[in-house]
Amino acid sequence: MQSKMKESDPILEVENLFASTDNLPILKGVSLTVYPGEIHAIMGRNGCGKSTLSKIIAGHPSYNITNGDIKFLGENINSLEPEERSQSGIFLGFQYPIEIPGVSNLEFLRVSTNARRKFLNKEELDTFDFEELVKEKLEIVKMDHAFLSRSVNQGFSGGEKKRNEILQMALLEPKIAILDETDSGLDIDALRIVASGIKKISNAQTGIILITHYQRLLDEIKPNYVHVMSDGKIIKTGESDLALELEKKGYEWTDNFIKET
Amino acid sequence: MVNKNLVKDVVKEPYKYGFITDIETEKIEKGLNEDIIKLISQKKEEPKFLLDFRLKAFKRWQKMKEPDWAALGYKKIDYQDIIYYSAPKQKEKISSLDEVDPKLLETFDKLGIPLTEQKKLTNVAVDAVFDSVSIATTFREELAEHGVIFCSISEAVKNHADLIEKYLGTVVPASDNYFAALNSAVFSDGSFVYIPKGVACPMDLSSYFRINSGDSGQFERTLIIAEESSSVSYLEGCTAPMFDTNTLHAAVVELIALDDASIKYSTVQNWYAGDEEGIGGIFNFVTKRGKCLGKRSKISWSQVETGSAITWKYPSCLLLGEESVGEFYSVALTNNLQQADTGTKMIHIGPKTKSTIVSKGISAGNSKNSYRGLVKMGTKAKGSRNYSQCDSMLIGDQASANTFPYIKSQQSNSEIEHEASTCRISEDQLFYLQSRGIEFEEAVSMMVSGFCRDVFNQLPMEFAAEADKLLALKLEGSVG
Repeated sequence: MQSKMKESDPILEVENLFASTDNLPILKGVSLTVYPGEIHAIMGRNGCGKSTLSKIIAGHPSYNITNGDIKFLGENINSLEPEERSQSGIFLGFQYPIEIPGVSNLEFLRVSTNARRKFLNKEELDTFDFEELVKEKLEIVKMDHAFLSRSVNQGFSGGEKKRNEILQMALLEPKIAILDETDSGLDIDALRIVASGIKKISNAQTGIILITHYQRLLDEIKPNYVHVMSDGKIIKTGESDLALELEKKGYEWTDNFIKET
Repeated sequence: MVNKNLVKDVVKEPYKYGFITDIETEKIEKGLNEDIIKLISQKKEEPKFLLDFRLKAFKRWQKMKEPDWAALGYKKIDYQDIIYYSAPKQKEKISSLDEVDPKLLETFDKLGIPLTEQKKLTNVAVDAVFDSVSIATTFREELAEHGVIFCSISEAVKNHADLIEKYLGTVVPASDNYFAALNSAVFSDGSFVYIPKGVACPMDLSSYFRINSGDSGQFERTLIIAEESSSVSYLEGCTAPMFDTNTLHAAVVELIALDDASIKYSTVQNWYAGDEEGIGGIFNFVTKRGKCLGKRSKISWSQVETGSAITWKYPSCLLLGEESVGEFYSVALTNNLQQADTGTKMIHIGPKTKSTIVSKGISAGNSKNSYRGLVKMGTKAKGSRNYSQCDSMLIGDQASANTFPYIKSQQSNSEIEHEASTCRISEDQLFYLQSRGIEFEEAVSMMVSGFCRDVFNQLPMEFAAEADKLLALKLEGSVG
């Protein structure tokens, strides 16, 4: 129903996507198109396939695409490695960022940033130049420099982990960012920091998919579209007021749409 | 899964040092008996005390049993099927490097250890050992100016017999264990280092051991003596060609540190490990021990063990002197069908002695990696302390890791602290790094070097970088 009169080409096109893990079907025909400058929200009960969709777009090896296509900037990326997807500008903000003991956050961020820069034919940054860049980006998420010398996400609080994700997004400057429950586990202040960070990083050329359960993130970042997922499918798409209605009526209300479809 | 295919597609870099030097060698007959030992001793023109030392060791060895307590499984070694002396044919007496067979120089060139005057490494003196003999030692004159003796042990036997007679076998007696007895009977060459009183050795010393011959064993012997208030950093590297048979390597290393002396001994062991099916590779049975004889003396072992089909090795410290310090930092990596049983012994004898053990075992493929360590506090070790940390990392679900810490304390006024952990590189961790644009192989090696960081920090600079690369290389294709 979206994208009737778009001027530019879509960033991401998910076309009738079916996927499974261990022969268990999780996605059962998802279609979604994101154009530059758009913010999409995906909502739905736990287990409806929201997180799976985000992982599959990022290339998680545990899931098999059994049917359908994912296109990024017009190219089919079904068989691309996760690192190739990241380098070309797809970013997944993890619901539960992973701890990597022994690997310094600074070095991790630098290697990651350089992988993206290399793809963009930009000069790779040495430690000193990278320090400069990261200092600037730390401002966006109001993180302390001390975070950089710790191991990746190790011993970080929930909020710190999420801010570290947004810091990575700021460094990688993706074309599309899929943020999987970035708002969960955040207090009001942290939520505002994260939300304003996301807004600063995104622009008219980028697309954002917010996976969330809560209206409060959508109060901060107003989506152009809201999709409701259930049992591996998008069962309803609307504008930002759909989220408000959903908050009022609960997911039970959306069960009716399943019957309709 | 996508990743598995990727890993298979990665062109595996073969063992870089697996080439054979085609050179005429002088080998003696296979087998071990008194006559063979006499022949080795005669070839090396040794004094009588050394022949006696060898024969006595041989008698002991004949009565001993090969140890079977290690968590290792291998085909029985036929000690009569080994050649105990093999040396490249050279002129009788070599007075300068110009007379060394260019093929040998080329071999060490290829190994990254150039020996000639024009090309030699500038910051480190090297003793290059090829099969049973030392080929060349660089920077001898420069070191001699400081009174430092650095030469092959064969030369030391000739030129510094008094020191050899005084110290050889005092740290690792021939009767210590089966492999030490064997080595004492048949050792062919190795390095000798003597640092006189008050001298800080002006450069790092290094021995490079190269096995070339497939049917002969290597039995090197190293002796390092640091007199009062002296210090030295010694590095050891080892490689071997790829044979489909197993080659026995049974070395003995003895370190002696007197009052206020310090010895830092670093090893990067990269003997051929055998192929993916476990065919070939070096059997590495090594006894390394240091004696902190003096007050405040210090011996520090750091090792990166990546090679060999079998590793059996426990670099240890006898802490006799008051306030002496022993350290052991180890990274042991096993892949495919490699087996390693390695660790240390810290024997606290003197009062206020201190020891630190940091061991990192990484097992990939179908390999088996065990840490085995003993910390002992003797009756006089009042106020002594030990800290041990043993971490294991598993890669894939076929590899195994064990930790066997033995603790014996006869002194209540002493402290022993032991920490252990096991972790596995998870698919989630790899996906996280990959989803940030980091290639699969690089992601693995980042995590492994992160895991080993505490140990790498202890290695000399150039060694640390090499160790990092070596681990990455060894792990290529091990995860899927």
